[in-house]
Amino acid sequence: MIEVTDLSKRFGDKVAVDRLSFQVQPGRVTGFLGPNGAGKSTTMRLILGLDHPNGGSATINGKRYAELAAPLRTVGALLEAKSVHSGRSARNHLLFLAQTQGLPPSRVDEMLDLVGLRDVANRRAGGFSLGMGQRLGVAAALLGDPQVLLLDEPVNGLDPEGVLWIRNLMKGLASHGKTVLVSSHLMNEMAVTADHLIVIGRGRLIVAAATEDVIARGSGQAVRVRTPEPDRLTDLIVAEGGKAIPAANGNGNGVEPGDHAPVLTVTGIPAPRIGELAAYASIVLHELTPQLATLEDAFLELTADSLEFGHLNPEPAGQSTEGNAR
Amino acid sequence: MSVTAASGQLESASAQAGRPAGFGHVMLAEWTKIRSVRSTVWSLIIFIIATLGLTALFTWLTVHQLQNGHGPRRGADLLADPVSFILGTGLGLGQLAICVLGALTMTTEYSTGVIRASLLAVPKRIPVLAAKCVVFAALIFVIGEIVSFCSFFIGMALVRPLATVSLSQPGVTRAIIGAGLYLTVLGLFALAIGSLVRHSAGAISIVIGLVLVVPPLLGLLDSYSWGAHIHAWFPTVAGGYITTDHQQAGQLLTPWQGFAVFCGWTVLLLAAGSYLLKRRDA
Repeated sequence: MIEVTDLSKRFGDKVAVDRLSFQVQPGRVTGFLGPNGAGKSTTMRLILGLDHPNGGSATINGKRYAELAAPLRTVGALLEAKSVHSGRSARNHLLFLAQTQGLPPSRVDEMLDLVGLRDVANRRAGGFSLGMGQRLGVAAALLGDPQVLLLDEPVNGLDPEGVLWIRNLMKGLASHGKTVLVSSHLMNEMAVTADHLIVIGRGRLIVAAATEDVIARGSGQAVRVRTPEPDRLTDLIVAEGGKAIPAANGNGNGVEPGDHAPVLTVTGIPAPRIGELAAYASIVLHELTPQLATLEDAFLELTADSLEFGHLNPEPAGQSTEGNAR
Repeated sequence: MSVTAASGQLESASAQAGRPAGFGHVMLAEWTKIRSVRSTVWSLIIFIIATLGLTALFTWLTVHQLQNGHGPRRGADLLADPVSFILGTGLGLGQLAICVLGALTMTTEYSTGVIRASLLAVPKRIPVLAAKCVVFAALIFVIGEIVSFCSFFIGMALVRPLATVSLSQPGVTRAIIGAGLYLTVLGLFALAIGSLVRHSAGAISIVIGLVLVVPPLLGLLDSYSWGAHIHAWFPTVAGGYITTDHQQAGQLLTPWQGFAVFCGWTVLLLAAGSYLLKRRDA
């Protein structure tokens, strides 16, 4: 379990983390969400003892990171910034890490097999693609078979196969009872990966709750509907107590090229019911999509006041947070 | 890389088999780090070739010119103090490779980001620097002593027509062993500066400035008593005294005193580096 209590970090005048408190429980994937510059990476670096806090504490299984006897056997971390010498081979990178923990060299080969880097293990890591580098980072994180994992933006820049691999890996780790904290600014990725969410903005906690609860806090479920008969369908939806707004601008283009049927954004009625209504009235639907961006909406709503570079909030960045920190 | 393999191998027996980590483990890890990058190998190859090659070249040229009657200014040095001449020429330039390697050993941790991996593995931090110093010092000591003795034997063979030098002459063996010791401490001195500056180009510039540029300038102050003291106590000048077989006229420190001063400076810088390593955000 990770426990963060009143954690604060300033860089000069700028408050990066502001009296942040949360807990990360084992056995589930906890998403750590926030806009760019919200303080996610700094919080992780504080938990890992790389940065020193100005106040508060962060403990892992009740101990500060620096107090752990063989830290890599308790905590595995994948940081966003690279931490591999470009001239050193993947095997030697993992080997020196294993040696610091008293782990046998055989463990290095196990990890290379696990992440699929066995064939390139003796090549210089500088020649690795982004995906290979990320796999090496995962191998380093899992080297000591740790109970706790911190992954900072692990799917950044990965291809779909790599994203799926990381996603399943995290779920697998959580199902083995491990504590998994994964940061991201991609809401949709978290919606399908995380069981629990910690949302921060400007270094402060906005919400910590189960993923469904966070979604529920946003405006109601929206469904995207494409039909050649929008007026008839709108009447039916309004009669049922829902709302249908023509999605006029920008992304009104369909998945099918050449489909110029209008698009409606429906709220207040779930997608199955819309399908039933259309079927009873024999209205043709070209598309019926529950909006996956709902978490995104919830997130934007929650963090609207705290977007560092947001146009939503013209107040100069950092002013209010600084005032509160004193 | 299959997904099923991922969950299957998560709990491995061998991950639990290791013993609690100690300083020995950290030293082993530092050895792996230092031997697994090309800059180490290349720096040492350049050091060996430059030192032995230049010792042979300079000594041979000087002897050749003396034998042909037109003795250059250097010729007087060679005849007056053959041991210092032999150990001073090649090593004087070869030592720069050790400076570069020492600085890089620390600064590449920062430029490549490996420092984060290192400190995650050893969050107490100081053992990383300590282990790096021990491993690096051992490596440079062994190679430094071999190269120093080889330099001497090459030089001894080449000056034979004009001068007789041998290991049994007073101070000679001490000066050769001293040259290896000087190189070892010089490497640590550069490593310490690397730990303070954390930037490769900056650290290398500072070290080379302290080795090549500042000492001749300080020599200009020798006519004043205070100036002579600053000159003598300057780290790279004091350290060099141990590489000569006898004390020069007017030299304020004995060879071993000079070496102790150099060690003192290096310990001071390493202490400052340790303090900053512990204090700074990585």
